[in-house]
Amino acid sequence: MAKVLMKGNEAIGKAAIEAGCRFFFGYPITPQSELPEYLSEELPKVGGTFVQAESEVAAINMVYGAAAAGARALTSSSSPGVALKQEGIGYITNADLPAVIVNMMRGGPGLGTIQPGQADYRMCVKGGSNGDYHNIVLAPSSVQEAVDMVMEAFDLADCYRTPVIILSDGLIGQMMEPVDFHYAPKRELPPKDWALTGKGDGQKHMIVNLNMDAEDCENHNIQLQKKYVEIEQKEQQWEEYCMDDAEYAFVSYGTSARITKSAIDTLRKEGYKVGLIRPKTLYPFPKEAFKGKNIKKYMDIEMSMGQMVEDVQLACNDVNKVVFFGRCGGIILTPEEVVEFAKSVIGGDK
Amino acid sequence: MSVIFQKSKGLTDVKLHYCPGCAHGIVHKLLAECLEEMGELGNSIIAVPVGCAVMANKYFNFDAIQSAHGRAPATATGIKRVHPDKMVMTYQGDGDLASIGTCEIVHAAARGEKITTIFINNGIYGMTGGQMAPTTLPGMRATTAQHGRDVHIQGYPLRVSEMLATLDGPAYIERVSVTTPGQVAQAKKAIMKALKVQKEGLGFGFVEVVSSCPTNWGLTPVKAMEFIREKMIPYYPLGVFKDITREGN
Repeated sequence: MAKVLMKGNEAIGKAAIEAGCRFFFGYPITPQSELPEYLSEELPKVGGTFVQAESEVAAINMVYGAAAAGARALTSSSSPGVALKQEGIGYITNADLPAVIVNMMRGGPGLGTIQPGQADYRMCVKGGSNGDYHNIVLAPSSVQEAVDMVMEAFDLADCYRTPVIILSDGLIGQMMEPVDFHYAPKRELPPKDWALTGKGDGQKHMIVNLNMDAEDCENHNIQLQKKYVEIEQKEQQWEEYCMDDAEYAFVSYGTSARITKSAIDTLRKEGYKVGLIRPKTLYPFPKEAFKGKNIKKYMDIEMSMGQMVEDVQLACNDVNKVVFFGRCGGIILTPEEVVEFAKSVIGGDK
Repeated sequence: MSVIFQKSKGLTDVKLHYCPGCAHGIVHKLLAECLEEMGELGNSIIAVPVGCAVMANKYFNFDAIQSAHGRAPATATGIKRVHPDKMVMTYQGDGDLASIGTCEIVHAAARGEKITTIFINNGIYGMTGGQMAPTTLPGMRATTAQHGRDVHIQGYPLRVSEMLATLDGPAYIERVSVTTPGQVAQAKKAIMKALKVQKEGLGFGFVEVVSSCPTNWGLTPVKAMEFIREKMIPYYPLGVFKDITREGN
């Protein structure tokens, strides 16, 4: 299929339809509103359903119902809206249901700003709802990758019966790039024989969220943790850029990683041996990428105040090797300031 | 030997955990009987609340989901949109529906979601132990209003059926009670009607049941039923508040 020029938010909507999603429940918020706008027009054309919910809370609970009923369901929002969705995300997780949630991050905390940010790393990667849980978190750094990841997200969600979060930002949501759409599942998807369908003559199905007995609740938690062990073993994804001979490595994801690549190109021309590890999955964090690397310093670059730093420290198993530079509150990093930061770290060691 | 009473096939054999004198058991039975008589037991999905009925999924003999507190109407919306040919119900208490879930019930009603909501109004938080509910009567005691609800401090109760009846989305709204055999028979007719408007695709159906909580009211089961008749029903009058199947309504 020929590539088409599309805005990130709309391309994500189209990707969801291509992946077989027919149910969207959402609420307007900048900078993601083009996604519900697009799906309100396009979903009915393919027999799908778009509901503008009365709130973010209602939207995620509609997703809970649709997912329980066996459908591929999507919701999207931006930072403060995703904060509101956390209750429902916890319930969906606890009920072992698949769902996809898109977060087009903006600057925070609170109402923050409508400009792009990456300050929801902790909320989405470490879990913003109550209880011991993880969600798979995918971090695209281009519109094409956002498209591919949305498609994969539905498969991952169905495969592991867990919510998957697309953690992107307003820049990728708002910019236009050429993309193509090719949905090709890589995983064998289990049948949804647990779904609520009105039991007919068959087995009664229940989607349960309360384990009144503490032992039952602990046992359910143990099952959840087994799922996370499997996800951590099988699903780490990352990209390496200029890492073959790198002595200093950036670690950066999404929009920041894109900017960091430009900085690397500049630094390489000046003889600096720098590379990039770009996590594509933030949970599971790609710890494998750090194994066997002989790197003098890891330079974590984010549009936050360093929410990923602790994960990088753990992955390289050396607190002292990790330094950080970031901008936040809706300020987009420039390649020049990343170059300047790298030079201050590397000094004359090139 | 002739059978004069049989438990509905819409109920499982799991023992109910409700207190003596609580009306949940009666209302569960009525809903199960209505769905059975409509031939819909194999075609039904219910969203149960947070509150005393949180484990009702075990008691109803059809598909069920435990909702987040107050969110059953949203969850039921998601289910109904995926399965428009199924009967989808929510079963909620007053704390769940009229306090933390006010937004969800109002908008499900306004959208005219083709679901049926059974609303149990006993004017108190039961499961958490007797705190003030949005429907606690003026002067009525609760663990968070120990000298009685003072409307100048704690505000006034919500009359949910009347509120929802102002909207265009609902097809049927009735408030009933279950303190006498006659009221129980009327409650069953109301539930049947609210299910039928769903079945016929007419819109949102809502039945409010003015109910009891002997444990947290500090009354015997018999006295609790008297309290409903003498105190609750004067504040929450029984009757049909909306019926789009009736001419001129």
